[in-house]
Amino acid sequence: MTAHANALENTEAAPMWKSGSNLEKILAEGHFAVTGELGPPKSMNTKLVHNKIDMIKDFVDAANVTDNQTGIVRLSSIGTGILMEQEGLEAVIQMTCRDRNRLAIQSDLMGASVHGIRNVLCLSGDHQSFGNHRGAKNVHDVDSMQLIRMVQEMRDLNKFQGGEEIKGGGPRLFIGTAASPFSSPIEMRPLRLAKKVAAGADFAQSQMIFDMKLFKEYMKRVVDLGLHEKISFLAGVGPLKSPVMARFLHEQIPGIVVPEDCIERIEDAGKGIDSDDKKALQEAYRAEGIKLCIEQIQEVQEIEGVAGVHIMAIQWEAAIEPIVRGAGLYPRPNLGPTG
Amino acid sequence: MIVAEQKPLPDLQRMLKGKKKVLAVGCGTCVSVCFAGGQKETRGLAKALQTAAAVDGEEMVVEEKTVQRQCVQEFIEPLEDDLSEYDAVLSLGCGVGVQTMAERYPKTRVLPGLDTNFMGQPTEPGIWEERCVGCGNCVLEYTGGLCPITRCPKQLMNGPCGGSENGMCEVDTSIPCIWAKIWDNSDNLNLMDMLMEVQPPKDWSTSRGGGMRRTVVRDDLHQPHAIGKATKSEVEAMETSEEDEVPTPEDPHAGEREDAFLKEMGLA
Repeated sequence: MTAHANALENTEAAPMWKSGSNLEKILAEGHFAVTGELGPPKSMNTKLVHNKIDMIKDFVDAANVTDNQTGIVRLSSIGTGILMEQEGLEAVIQMTCRDRNRLAIQSDLMGASVHGIRNVLCLSGDHQSFGNHRGAKNVHDVDSMQLIRMVQEMRDLNKFQGGEEIKGGGPRLFIGTAASPFSSPIEMRPLRLAKKVAAGADFAQSQMIFDMKLFKEYMKRVVDLGLHEKISFLAGVGPLKSPVMARFLHEQIPGIVVPEDCIERIEDAGKGIDSDDKKALQEAYRAEGIKLCIEQIQEVQEIEGVAGVHIMAIQWEAAIEPIVRGAGLYPRPNLGPTG
Repeated sequence: MIVAEQKPLPDLQRMLKGKKKVLAVGCGTCVSVCFAGGQKETRGLAKALQTAAAVDGEEMVVEEKTVQRQCVQEFIEPLEDDLSEYDAVLSLGCGVGVQTMAERYPKTRVLPGLDTNFMGQPTEPGIWEERCVGCGNCVLEYTGGLCPITRCPKQLMNGPCGGSENGMCEVDTSIPCIWAKIWDNSDNLNLMDMLMEVQPPKDWSTSRGGGMRRTVVRDDLHQPHAIGKATKSEVEAMETSEEDEVPTPEDPHAGEREDAFLKEMGLA
């Protein structure tokens, strides 16, 4: 049976699921979800993809696959996502508005769907000026909010954005959105999430959180607005690799706040080690980064409204296993085949 | 207004190489206010080009004239008689001005002296900022009079992305995040309900995606085939009658205000 026929059959057999994805089921059954991230290579080296899949597939419920992140051309998120699904790792394909107009987005989402993709994360996309094709023309025909609504209407109303019916039904996708709780204007961020809920988002993954005090304030507003009942909120976390990386994230990336005590913890891990012994230093920093990440996961688990974690181990997929094990989140629930 | 900058001198020298006699044509409207192609700039550039040619051991005469509006065919009619003397025209109008010249005088080689940047405004002395992309489908109603189509690098219509930090845009940290500004003023204008509505995908058919746009907004003024075909005497008659029909508003302080504005902008 082809994936398409399978999807059509499932539309009739299991209407209770919006998408039937593993992630949707994990969240629906009240498990604390774990998602990871897989960055495709700047090449067609599928061996690299398979290595990363092997590293993380037993430790996450699904993994995001980035869509030319930071404006750098890479193996496509859908192409990589298909490889992941073939290997038994559920994909959350990221879809940005930077590179495709509404025709291409809808077409690609249907294409992804017939290959068994069931989760999509709707993003504006990093600006091309940060990437390796700085003279490129961006598209932004629709914005991320409009993209969420478009996918939701394709799925629930079987309707193209232009109004025409999608014969046989639209792609059954679990719709994700990004949340950046600490970007400015900070007081509007919970309202922006509310708008995304209204547009049709099913789950949200946040930017990397290190400042728990600020995050708790944000989540309190999310809960006060009742959003946690309408959307599954996955808190973004990530292991710090070194003090340099910690400072870079804090100073250079909008929306990431790394408190001084976190940076100091990573720094202190290197104390007493010969500064020329780069390898030993790196190992010490990384071990502390993983430890800190585990503690943060345990802390966000206690915050009302948090339904899971999204672990962003940037170019460090090997960190996922010790983090998930350390946080007591292994083994992951096995809910049987998707669909 | 339309904002433009002069092309670098070496680019102009390359374009004009081998030409013996060139007419630089300035424009007295937008590009004169942004110091790119007004009478003063046109004179200066003509001299600079001639000197540069002399330094290179080439003989090139660059004469100059400035018209009030290079984008309106009637205003460039007076150039017609002398154009045959020149090997090329270097237009210091905006892109519209260059094309008005090129279309009106198809036998003359018309070259662009400026890079046309955008529609914008001077915000402080020496700085011009873009304000309108001319999308043909204005959204300022929903955004408190501040345009995200022009001023957000991602043209977001439903609020800021995560790249807004301390009110500035990550793409260019010297530029405010326009959504932060819209948000900051939303209480004053009672915009909250509107900002929480999901704005649907924009109809871009009025923008560049649909190709060149052509607008007839005033049927009462529309005279097919009249534009650009008028004779000099007809133009004079038109100008006279326009003056008759549209009297200058009486404003005894207009001159003072203009002076004050120019001084404030550092343009005096």
